[in-house]
Amino acid sequence: MNASALLRIEGLSKQFPGVTALDKVDFSVDAGEVHALLGENGAGKSTLIKVLTGAYQKDAGTMEFEGKRIAPQNPAAAQRLGISTVYQEVNLPSNLSVAQNIFLGREPKRYGLIDWREIRRRSAGLLRRFELDIDVSRTLDSYPVAVRQLVAIARAVDLSARLLILDEPTASLDGREVERLFSILRQLKSTGVAVLFVTHFLDQVYAISDRITVLRNGARVGTFEARKLPRHRLIEHMLGKELQALEARTPENTGATAARPVLELRNLGARQSVSGLSFSIAPGEATGLSGLLGSGRSETCRLIFGLDSPDTGEILFRGKPVRPKNPRSAAAIGMGLCPEDRRSEGIIGALGFRENVVLALQARNGWWRLIPKKRQLELARKAMEEMKIAVADFEQAVASLSGGNQQKTILARWLATDPALLILDEPTRGIDIGAHAEILKLIRALCTRGMALLVASSELEEITAFSHKVVVLRDRAQVGQIEGAAISEQAILRAIAGGDAP
Amino acid sequence: MIARPVIMARSRAAWPCLMLLAVLLLDRLVTPQFFNLEIRDGRLYGSLIDVLNRGAPVALLAIGMSLVIATRGIDLSVGAVMAIAGAVCAGMITAGIDNVPLIVAGGLATGLIAGLINGAMIGWLGLQPIVATLVLMVAGRGIAQLISDGRIITFRHEAFASLGVGSWLGLPMPVILVAVVCSGVYLLTRRTALGLFIEAVGCNPTASHYLGIHVTSVKMFAYVIAGLCSALAGIIATADIQGADANNIGLWLELDAILAVVLGGASLMGGRFSIGLSVVGVLIIQAMSTGIIMSGLPAKYNLVIKAAVVIVVLLLQTPRFRHQLTAPLRRLRNAAKAGDATS
Repeated sequence: MNASALLRIEGLSKQFPGVTALDKVDFSVDAGEVHALLGENGAGKSTLIKVLTGAYQKDAGTMEFEGKRIAPQNPAAAQRLGISTVYQEVNLPSNLSVAQNIFLGREPKRYGLIDWREIRRRSAGLLRRFELDIDVSRTLDSYPVAVRQLVAIARAVDLSARLLILDEPTASLDGREVERLFSILRQLKSTGVAVLFVTHFLDQVYAISDRITVLRNGARVGTFEARKLPRHRLIEHMLGKELQALEARTPENTGATAARPVLELRNLGARQSVSGLSFSIAPGEATGLSGLLGSGRSETCRLIFGLDSPDTGEILFRGKPVRPKNPRSAAAIGMGLCPEDRRSEGIIGALGFRENVVLALQARNGWWRLIPKKRQLELARKAMEEMKIAVADFEQAVASLSGGNQQKTILARWLATDPALLILDEPTRGIDIGAHAEILKLIRALCTRGMALLVASSELEEITAFSHKVVVLRDRAQVGQIEGAAISEQAILRAIAGGDAP
Repeated sequence: MIARPVIMARSRAAWPCLMLLAVLLLDRLVTPQFFNLEIRDGRLYGSLIDVLNRGAPVALLAIGMSLVIATRGIDLSVGAVMAIAGAVCAGMITAGIDNVPLIVAGGLATGLIAGLINGAMIGWLGLQPIVATLVLMVAGRGIAQLISDGRIITFRHEAFASLGVGSWLGLPMPVILVAVVCSGVYLLTRRTALGLFIEAVGCNPTASHYLGIHVTSVKMFAYVIAGLCSALAGIIATADIQGADANNIGLWLELDAILAVVLGGASLMGGRFSIGLSVVGVLIIQAMSTGIIMSGLPAKYNLVIKAAVVIVVLLLQTPRFRHQLTAPLRRLRNAAKAGDATS
């Protein structure tokens, strides 16, 4: 190990009831390096970061920072030591202005009063380094998520941190913004700042990292030089032996398409939403919904599931015209929706795993007929076993599960109602490769069971992997439909780009 | 895998129950005869019975309040609804209505209407619960005054009064009524899916809507139960003094009810609720009040002592405070362990 390590961790362990989150992890970060921390859901990445930043207290092991033993009691203490963190979900007060946010808690003073002009000047200057030319006196929530994320990063950078921890900082950034962030990181690197970088995007790992540390099941698999580690080896380290499942292939058409479609849309549309939706989904068929951000993918899902009401066209469900007025009536006829924003629209975080799994079925059964406790436990056990959901016990609060396990819990919730049509809006967003592969596998398995699926996704690779049919959206309207063997990333891209849609 | 929820449930119940025990022991320490019970005319008497009896109206309010708070709401109008229900009952009696079930039904109907109004404003119109129920908190007392024409209505009606001062099986009637309502609401929420729906709506209303729960109805239900419980509390209070004083019945009791729910370990951010623990919260408050009166301490100390005890109880319920409190103990234990290791 390098003697000049900025941060050195030895034998770090952290237990939660029923789970060993970190098991004697050794780990070091040098000054002036970008170090990627990778691993599947529940591998221990978040726990490690939370222990580092004082959000959790370690059970055993030592942490040394700049040669001194540290044990931060809370994130503020870690920040004083020079460890700054930007989390995936921006947790700055969004009702304050951008400038206020950047200088929150360390406002420059003049004659004992806060010097607002100075704050605005310096904030604008700082953001210009990120090529972000925005009005810093407007509130943070008046800007899109990507801008908020950059503001959070700018704030962390400006805290003159020695170690900057970025927990999935690029999840909501587009390609150009990621490039900007990376150029800033390279700048920081040259000034001796160390960056610890957690992400699910392997391209980005290779674009910026010097070294890579892989965690699996709370233990360190190894630390590698990024240049010398081929990508497939990295994936193997992260996944163990589940690699095969990742191989993309267009599924065989099961021949079920001849049957009556489960869902048929005829020129469905709504003002200020999407228009011209005309496609059908047969039992056993997965239909992909593709398009750029803002092209109307989520709006399509919402319209079908009764969250928005259509102005034109009709929905035929199992051959009969329907018009769901709300999710309740949509669920009653046999639909299910796993929403895009898992945390605020999907999980009921404070309730237990069992309760989350039975809720949709219970809601459909009505309040009077309580599902017997025994049956509830059966449903929970079945979900846990079939979908390999890692829960310590059935009453564990779902908020404490990893992203992939939360997503599987929401899937399990709808599968308990045995729906004819399952709508998945970005089912793999923000979850790691392992769970990603499992969810794709599950989509295929559900198709062979005869379920109809509508899957909205921003990842072309993913869409081509499971779709029997791809509906392409552009500018909130359906612009193309690609079927069977014609499905390829290029074909979808052409349709998105417009012009000669096949 | 099976044992943990049991332990968790136990530890959630443990703190409020321990607190109640501590307050009762303190009462016993200050007033030696506090635990004495005696039977006179086939009825139990004693300070403990007094705690149960005096706590009955707030206990009813707290039962309804538990559900409302679990939906991430609050009901400030419960005290005012007590006053309206009392005024309606007193008005019906003075108007010559003699049938007790009819009078009680009249009182409960006002609670039902109040609950529907609150529920509609919050569930359908989407008003903030604190604002919506503040309307009825202020207007409710006005309505009660209008019904009673600005006077204190007094009456003599043995059968009706027995709801407040009567007894059954040796226990005061209000205590019996609380027990009935408590078990009724428990069965209604836990033997059906309503309790689960209430907790889901309180934890995450958007996700609840997305998975098919009728969020408006669930909220409506909670406010209606709160309204009915308040009305019954008003009926008991009115029967107790055989009079309806629109200005004073249930005054500030909404705050005691909220406090009781919090003492029972519930979060004002919604989510989990426990009817039983809310009632324990009421008993903590009432055991303090009764204890202070019995101790002979001037009544002027009552509120300050109550506030001090409440702060202690709430602090003890925060994991962080408990962690700090037990830190010296852990240090000692660790030091002992280290000592063992070296020797």
